Amino acid sequence: MIPAPEAWYLALSAVLFCIGVVGVIVRRNPLVIFMSIELMLNAANLAFVAFGHRLGSADGQAVVFFVMAVAAAEVAVGLAIIVAIFRLRRRLSVDDLSLMRW
Amino acid sequence: MGPVAFVVIAGVAVGSALGLVFKRNPIHGALFLVVNLGSVAALYLTLGAEFLAAAQVIVYAGAIMVLFVFAIMVLIPGKEETGPDPRRAYRLLALPVGAVLLVLLAVVVVSGARGRAPAATSATAAPDGVEAIARLLFTDYLFPFELTSVLLLAAMVGVLLLARRPVS
Repeated sequence: MIPAPEAWYLALSAVLFCIGVVGVIVRRNPLVIFMSIELMLNAANLAFVAFGHRLGSADGQAVVFFVMAVAAAEVAVGLAIIVAIFRLRRRLSVDDLSLMRW
Repeated sequence: MGPVAFVVIAGVAVGSALGLVFKRNPIHGALFLVVNLGSVAALYLTLGAEFLAAAQVIVYAGAIMVLFVFAIMVLIPGKEETGPDPRRAYRLLALPVGAVLLVLLAVVVVSGARGRAPAATSATAAPDGVEAIARLLFTDYLFPFELTSVLLLAAMVGVLLLARRPVS
């Protein structure tokens, strides 16, 4: 099967990343913001794999493997923090969380 | 065949990403994200990265999304993000910001695609497949690989600490 050109994959990656950025800015629910961050990580992963395919090396895939591991750790810790905040405040909106703002 | 498959899968990916961002109910967003992750896994397959496609389905669509759905079920009472938005002006800026970023990235991609792109070195034995990744992970990337296990352990301990009820 002849694959599509790598530039298409990069364009799709850029589109997904921008959608993730908009999601982080627009949404008020920290869980949805987290999911948008996952979307951006995936866009970056897609770019890594596309570049690796272009260069004919497996290094891009190895990097994506590490990104996945770090994302798993990040999600676990982040969700635990969100649950802890919810226990304290009984509300879940990033606009309330301005304690550490100067 | 290849380009057609790409266009179809890319359409699914973009549509589900938009659904994640613009659906109000977070559980719908989570399900859209599952669809998105699955379509990205399909794209990995078209790029010949079978191992990553499997890992994507297992780790992301399996483990991470189960965590998300679980957290949503625990935390979210039905609807959310209703009521007046206290920072409406900032959020209206989001779409222009995203559009500008998209234009910037598009300029980079287009100029790179038509500029002095390095010749595709697929002649150099295209080491796709599980074996090439395994070889890399256990030779060149051995130290980061081991660090990853430490990171996961640290995350696990930290989560246990955070989630524990304070003993009174």
